[in-house]
This record gives sequence, structure tokens and C-alpha cells, in this order.
Amino acid sequence: MAKIIAGFASSHVPAIGAAIDNKQTHDPYWQRIFSGFEKAKKWIADAQPEVVIAVYNDHASAFSVELIPTFAIGCAAEFPPADEGWGPRPVPVVKGHPQLASHIATSAILDGFDLTIANKMEVDHGLTVPLNLAFGSPDEWPCPVIPIAVNVVQFPPPTGKRCFDLGRAIRKAVASYPEDLRIVVFGTGGMSHQISGPRAGLINSKFDKAFLDRLTKDPKGLAAMPHIEYMREAGAEGIELVMWHVMRGALDDKVKEVYRFYTVPASNTAVGNIILENVAKPAKKAAAKKTAPKKAKGLRKAA
Amino acid sequence: MARKAQDYDDIPGTFVFDAERSRQGYGINMFCMSLMKEDNRKAFKANEAEYLKKYPLTPEQTEAILKRDYNRMLELGGNIYFTAKLGATDGHSFRHLAAEMTGATQDDYAKMMLEGGRSVEGNRSKSGKYDTPVKKAVAKPKAKAAAKSAKKSKSSSKRK
Repeated sequence: MAKIIAGFASSHVPAIGAAIDNKQTHDPYWQRIFSGFEKAKKWIADAQPEVVIAVYNDHASAFSVELIPTFAIGCAAEFPPADEGWGPRPVPVVKGHPQLASHIATSAILDGFDLTIANKMEVDHGLTVPLNLAFGSPDEWPCPVIPIAVNVVQFPPPTGKRCFDLGRAIRKAVASYPEDLRIVVFGTGGMSHQISGPRAGLINSKFDKAFLDRLTKDPKGLAAMPHIEYMREAGAEGIELVMWHVMRGALDDKVKEVYRFYTVPASNTAVGNIILENVAKPAKKAAAKKTAPKKAKGLRKAA
Repeated sequence: MARKAQDYDDIPGTFVFDAERSRQGYGINMFCMSLMKEDNRKAFKANEAEYLKKYPLTPEQTEAILKRDYNRMLELGGNIYFTAKLGATDGHSFRHLAAEMTGATQDDYAKMMLEGGRSVEGNRSKSGKYDTPVKKAVAKPKAKAAAKSAKKSKSSSKRK
């Protein structure tokens, strides 16, 4: 049976991609940021996910104002990097997992989530920068990736609660997929930033750190935050953070925070990274509940 | 028709790209989208005014594009992810455009970011409703102060 083992959330600043592509990662400015992801890279190398489900947003690359899907799931076999105005990023083509993606789409739609199905889609820095931050710059990405694009460009994006509930629907779908697969769900975007208008350059570290704290401990309360609060406190584009709720909703209520990194700035943006592991082993937990609920903790430890 | 008032209109220095702006700015954004192709970038650069005639733009929108007035483009329905493609056509990064929209010099803007960015204190709302009294003085970005004094001098010159 497929299972979600952890969530990995990270900013997806385009300038980070440009720094990688232009081989500037060792410049002191960028070194500060890339060194902060070293532990995350090590963690994911050890975790060896067999599929990544990556929740991200398109930045007027695959979707313009002609078509704005609120949630779109990529069911294609591959997703080429988009030309964002200066040629496609020199990163590997993202290979999908059409069977699992279609399974998630079917399950989620029947569960009340009317996902848009994308069978042809190019992916931009919103998806490929977090892949770089997690996996470096390999010739091929180490595992298939299922992209889930969320509209955060035209207001309103889906609510935090709706994002969280989509995570729940993804979790349910994964649990009914027969093949044994270890899955990590990525949430991307944020953290606080504003890149438009005279208030550009806004950073709110206090907000960001509280967001990281509550993401671990109070995910449902955090997901209830109204849009206006993101925009006012974390900048007009800080609203990208709603995508982190999809990742969180896909995890157990109780998670273990295994790593966190936060720095300011990367170009215009505060950069955050958090890794949350599911503590319980789903199958054993269910079995333990039926027989001896009090021993569940011990069982988990032993497992 | 006047814009319908929204709670987020109270956020200073911010143009939220909502459905109304999206309708209004459709031409701006689709023009910007066309700049993702090299041939179109060349055609635009060869004769900007002529190229813009292909898109449904108001005279104000055309003027804002030709003048590279990025704030005005946002006000008239442009979205930053789209207008950034115009910036890229001119060889500018997001950060360059951001600095320009704040009225700061590139150096001052870069410095502000390195020092932790623009503080949210005093920048939450036009009405002041959401800003708690600031205990210690927060240094305002020079550019903003400069822009303010520029505005003042403009209005005083009008009075004259």
C-alpha cells in the first residue's frame, strides 16, 4: 500500500533557480541560502521517496489569464520545463506518475474535490526550484513527481481550509493505492514577500516563524486564517503560503518536525523550509486500535 | 464604473489582482504573455506602439506600457507575473522591477532587503486600523520618504 511518509515545504524563489543555473551557488549571498538546505537534502536522500507529490503554483507560464484552474493535477507522463521568458531552465524534464496521479484525481473527485486534469503541462520555477533545493542538480530527478498546481495568481486563491482538505483527500487517495510506494508531499511558495507595487520588499519574519510553529502544532487553526491576513501581514504574494496547507493536510494530525530553516532575503523574499514526518505507521496503528489501544505507542516505537 | 470597494484596498501600496482587475487588464496581461516568444519580443522591440495595436488596450494602458510605468500597469489590471515578462524583455529581474515600483534606487532597495526587508510595522493599512503603535522608531525606507516629500512638493507647487 502506498503511504505518505513526510511533508517538505520550501520557498520557490525564481532568483534561487537563476543562481543555480548561473552557477552562483558559492557566492556568499547565495551560500547562506544553499547551505541552509544541506540538511534537508541529506534528509530526503535518506528518506528515498519513490514519488513526490508537489503542490506549487504556475507563474503565468503554463496558464495565462485565459484559463485559471483553482486546482490542477498533472496526470501526464512528463512535464517539460517552461520557457519563462529567457529560455527553459536547464533542469531535467519532470517525469510524472500517471497511474497514481489518475488514481488521486479519481478518488479526490469522487470525494468532492473537482480537480482539473492536466495531461499536457509545462512546469516553471515554482516546481523546479524546490526540486533543486531537495535534490540538487542531478541529470535526472531521482523519482517521479506529480505536480498539483494551485491558483494563487488571481484573487481569490482557494482558502487555507480548502487546501488543507485537499491534502486530506490526497491522503485518503494514497491510502487506497495498492502498490507499495513511499511518498513525500511538497508544499511550495512563500514565505513573506511582496514583489508588486510601492510596498514591494515587505518581509515579516515574526509572521513567518509563527506560521512555521503553527504548521506543526496547530494546522487546522492555521488553515482557518483568512486571505486578507496573509496579504496584509506577509505581503501580497505571501498568500502563496496557502499551498503549504495542502502538504500539511496530507499528513497525520501529529507530526514530528525534523528540520527547519529560515533566512532573509533571497532576492525579494523570505525563504523557509520545514520537514514534517508522520510519526505513526498507519497500518500498525489501525491494527493496534482494534486490539490494544493503550499499547499503540509502544508498538509504534518498536516498529 | 468605479471599482467596488474591497477590504484589501486598505493595504497600502498594493494592487490586489482580483477578478475586476483581471477583466480590466486582460489586454495588458495577454500582451505580456506574448513576450514569452523570442519572435514576438523582437517584433515588439522593433516597433512598440505598432505591436501594441494588436491587443485590446485603452490609451492609458498603452501609455503605461510604453512608459514602463509598472505601478500604473498594476493599477490598470496588469499582474506582476505577467508584467515581469515585459521587464525580462528589457533585461530586468523581478528585483529590479520591485525596486522601481517602490521608487527606490536599485542600491537602496538591495540594501533594504539585505537588512531584513521592509518592515510590516506602519505598512499594514492605510486606515491605520491594523497597525499597533510602534514602540521603537522604525526607519522608513529612504525612497518612501523621498517619494512623500516629492508628493508634498508637487501639491505645494500646485497650490502656488
